[in-house]
Amino acid sequence: MKKIFSILLTIFVPLSFTNVSKAGSHMEAEVIHWWTSGGEQAAISQFAEAWQEMGNTWIDTAITGGDNARGTTVNRIIGGNPPTAAQFNISKQFVDLVEQGLLQSLEEVASAEGWRDFIYPPELIETCEFEGEFYCVPVNIHSWQWMWINNDVYKQVGLPVPQTFEEFLAGAPKIQEAGIIPLALGGQTWQESGMFGVVSSSILGFPHMQKIFRDKDVDTLRDGRFEDVLNTYRELNAFTDEGSPGRLWNDTTAMVIEGKAAMQVMGDWARGEFAVAGKEAMVDYSCVIPGKEKYVALGGDVFVFPKNDDPKVKEVQLAMASMMVNPTVQAKFNNAKGSLPMRLDVDTSAADACMQMGLDLIQNPDAIMRESDDWNTPAFTNAWDDIISEFRNDPNYTVAQVMDDLEGVLTSGL
Amino acid sequence: MSKFRNIASIIALLPMIIISLTVFIGCIIYSFIYSLTNSKLIPVTNFVGFDQYDRLFKQRKWDVAVENIFIYGFVFTIGCLIIGFLLAVLIDQKIRGESLFRTIFLYPYAMSFVVTGLVWKWVLNPTFGLENSMHMWGFSWFQLDWLVNRDLAIYAVCIAAVWQGAGFVMVLMLAGLRGIDEDIWKSLSIEGVAKWKSYVFVILPMLRPMVVTAIVLIAAGVVKVYDLILALTSGGPGYATTTPAMYVMENFFQRANLGQAFAASIIMFISVVCILAPWAFYEFYLRNKYATN
Repeated sequence: MKKIFSILLTIFVPLSFTNVSKAGSHMEAEVIHWWTSGGEQAAISQFAEAWQEMGNTWIDTAITGGDNARGTTVNRIIGGNPPTAAQFNISKQFVDLVEQGLLQSLEEVASAEGWRDFIYPPELIETCEFEGEFYCVPVNIHSWQWMWINNDVYKQVGLPVPQTFEEFLAGAPKIQEAGIIPLALGGQTWQESGMFGVVSSSILGFPHMQKIFRDKDVDTLRDGRFEDVLNTYRELNAFTDEGSPGRLWNDTTAMVIEGKAAMQVMGDWARGEFAVAGKEAMVDYSCVIPGKEKYVALGGDVFVFPKNDDPKVKEVQLAMASMMVNPTVQAKFNNAKGSLPMRLDVDTSAADACMQMGLDLIQNPDAIMRESDDWNTPAFTNAWDDIISEFRNDPNYTVAQVMDDLEGVLTSGL
Repeated sequence: MSKFRNIASIIALLPMIIISLTVFIGCIIYSFIYSLTNSKLIPVTNFVGFDQYDRLFKQRKWDVAVENIFIYGFVFTIGCLIIGFLLAVLIDQKIRGESLFRTIFLYPYAMSFVVTGLVWKWVLNPTFGLENSMHMWGFSWFQLDWLVNRDLAIYAVCIAAVWQGAGFVMVLMLAGLRGIDEDIWKSLSIEGVAKWKSYVFVILPMLRPMVVTAIVLIAAGVVKVYDLILALTSGGPGYATTTPAMYVMENFFQRANLGQAFAASIIMFISVVCILAPWAFYEFYLRNKYATN
């Protein structure tokens, strides 16, 4: 008897609680994201706190790894149990969802608050706008275009801190002789292809890249300059260590922090690792945007709001979208994240020397660079990245073969 | 008449048969239909013929994956059988502390492939694994870079897999060895047959059912190998240790390329059927036929 009672209790008590919470007037929102590392947690909790200050409930669904988080979001949307908000990257990742009419249009709040006037750079509007309506909220800008350099290592071997890949390559043998790994690179496809992207943009420049990745122009790919990129990349790889395959990006950054390695090419999220280790920008370490023309890439994150059968959810979603672009929330969020805000009227007085460099650069429209995934589907970018990763790992994969395979991807219509 | 003799058991099996037909066959048909579309993030019925298959066979990565599954399947199966049989024979020598050794050898099998993968990842890592330890002990000539060498990495995966699977084969074989009649051993020793000869030429053929069971169980694990490689190498260096199952999972969940994933899984399915069908035909049909005749 007692057992039956306890079973009934377990069934009905939660039910009655859900009824109570639904009856309440405050808004409840479940947010799927993949910000799980220390700095990232600090950033997302800025959103959560701001939301809770408005008297609402924030249900945090943090899922490790962007792929897993996005997979969960899509499965739940198709399964009919969508979250209130979900994180994606500034890219074409969620285009299918918009085309299938699965996302909530944010146009009401966007036109009421004038998002088109303050979102900067305007390229971000392009990412979120479909047929004249807003479908996502850009929250930050992350750029891949950085070399992270341990200053002590260069002092020790008596060389100036390199400003380009050519300078780095010239000094690398001397660093190797001193028993230090010149280039720290984690051997995972996304890290390998990310560094390749930085090498290509620093050698080719953005207009050239745009012709290849946006216009799919085979003649531009074949004009002989891309071979330089491949050769430089191969030269750089000669200076990595044999522990590279499979190493995580933050373990790799730690090698630079500890002085076991001289340099790592990584996005500006690496700055968080230096900050946590108590290192000071431009004193202990340098951040360099390599190349003669300096670019800041428009990577970063957006939130989308899947459509829900319950009409009350739309209200919640619009309120949250509005909160995310709020300048005060943006300032807190981006200072914690180490990323650049998506509007210019945000207080960035807490920015360090490296972040300031990014902030200065982004005000110049010519320095803003877009990446392959702004124009191309994940299927395309991944097929491309596979070739780059294989090129890095297989010394028998010749530059000529790679060029043929890259052209194959470019013309595949993926 | 004999067909209706087992009517009760057929009725009992009916739910399972229905589930198999709807879930398994249904999903296979669904996968095939969508493998003919250009579905990306979500399934859409935008048919493109056999484009996905065409694209699949042009992928260098797919070729590597197929090659790897054959290497892995061969080395893993043979390795497990040989080492498992040897361990069983050694334990069968009425040694002291038998149950202790049996436990030690079977222990790896109780672990998940993820744990095995991580353990071997650390052991084989050249910068802080066994190689590093040997260097610190003064053996500077020692080199163990299998995991980071793209030609050898798949064999490193095989080592980890055999380490895990051999104990299981050992237990199966040992059970078989214990079932061998004592009189056979007596007659073999009267004939003066060398011990290794009696094991290889007399006992091993008698263990045929055990060997078949072991091969079936191991082979089933070969096709679906995924977690071990994910934990050990994540398919690297580059994509040198990728497998068809990883290719499918990657396209499903990371690359938002459903059509390609469906096409690859249909090819996996067809190849498994091609390999298993003749064997199943022999094992379950021809043998029974000859046996009853």
